Amino acid sequence: MDKIPILHVGPFLLVTIQVDMHDRLALTLQDDLTTQIVSHRARGVLIDITALDIVDSFIGRMLSNIAGMAKILDAETVVVGMQPSVAVTLVELGLSLPGIRTALNVDRGMDLLRASRESEGPIVGSREIT
Amino acid sequence: MLAVEKSHEMALFKHDDVVLVRQSVRTAAVEIGLSLVDQTRIVTAASELARNTVVHGGGGLARIETIRDTTKRGLRLTFEDHGPGIRDLELAMKDGYTSGGGLGLGLGGAKRLSSEFHIESQVGEGTRVTITRWKG
Repeated sequence: MDKIPILHVGPFLLVTIQVDMHDRLALTLQDDLTTQIVSHRARGVLIDITALDIVDSFIGRMLSNIAGMAKILDAETVVVGMQPSVAVTLVELGLSLPGIRTALNVDRGMDLLRASRESEGPIVGSREIT
Repeated sequence: MLAVEKSHEMALFKHDDVVLVRQSVRTAAVEIGLSLVDQTRIVTAASELARNTVVHGGGGLARIETIRDTTKRGLRLTFEDHGPGIRDLELAMKDGYTSGGGLGLGLGGAKRLSSEFHIESQVGEGTRVTITRWKG
């Protein structure tokens, strides 16, 4: 069965979508990512869609689902590399990708994930009310 | 006068067929010289409609035609199934309406991405959607 590889980069997961995905492959990716966020205690997910020449409502929903699930699992999602023609079409289609942060490329996406991690500050354990 | 320069039919039953239809529509769109944004629009619309045929129509066919009128060329796509049909077309066209657990952007979205959009549906008989994207 086809699978889209998920790379581990420090505390983040990196996915580069390089194939024209059929719907089942998109669902498999969704499941794999949520499993790996937990097993690798990932704090962020970076999805590179540079190679995607369309994003239809199904792929759009998959991206939103991943972002939503990741958030519940305490990980941030950034989608990078969207082609301009894809952005135009997405808006006309009526998809606004709620809950998804975007960046122009992988470098900027990584910066975004690191920055949002640093702004959280160190975790000092649970707070007690005195 | 509308002339069909080229016509090509594809079976549409499995999720993989949706991918193949997308690829053939892309090839045809490049062939008639659609701009990159227009290629993306028509391939995205085709993806939505092809998925409808598979998921809601129980499978059917896609017809990809290169057409020409007196002044311009275009790409005409037809998606046909013999599924349950759509009871309320007006409702089905509305954004956010879904019977299949999707986002409900398929039909309305495909219409917005096309130059022309036509849908016929008969309950118990099936559905046929035709879209056209003209060049320029």
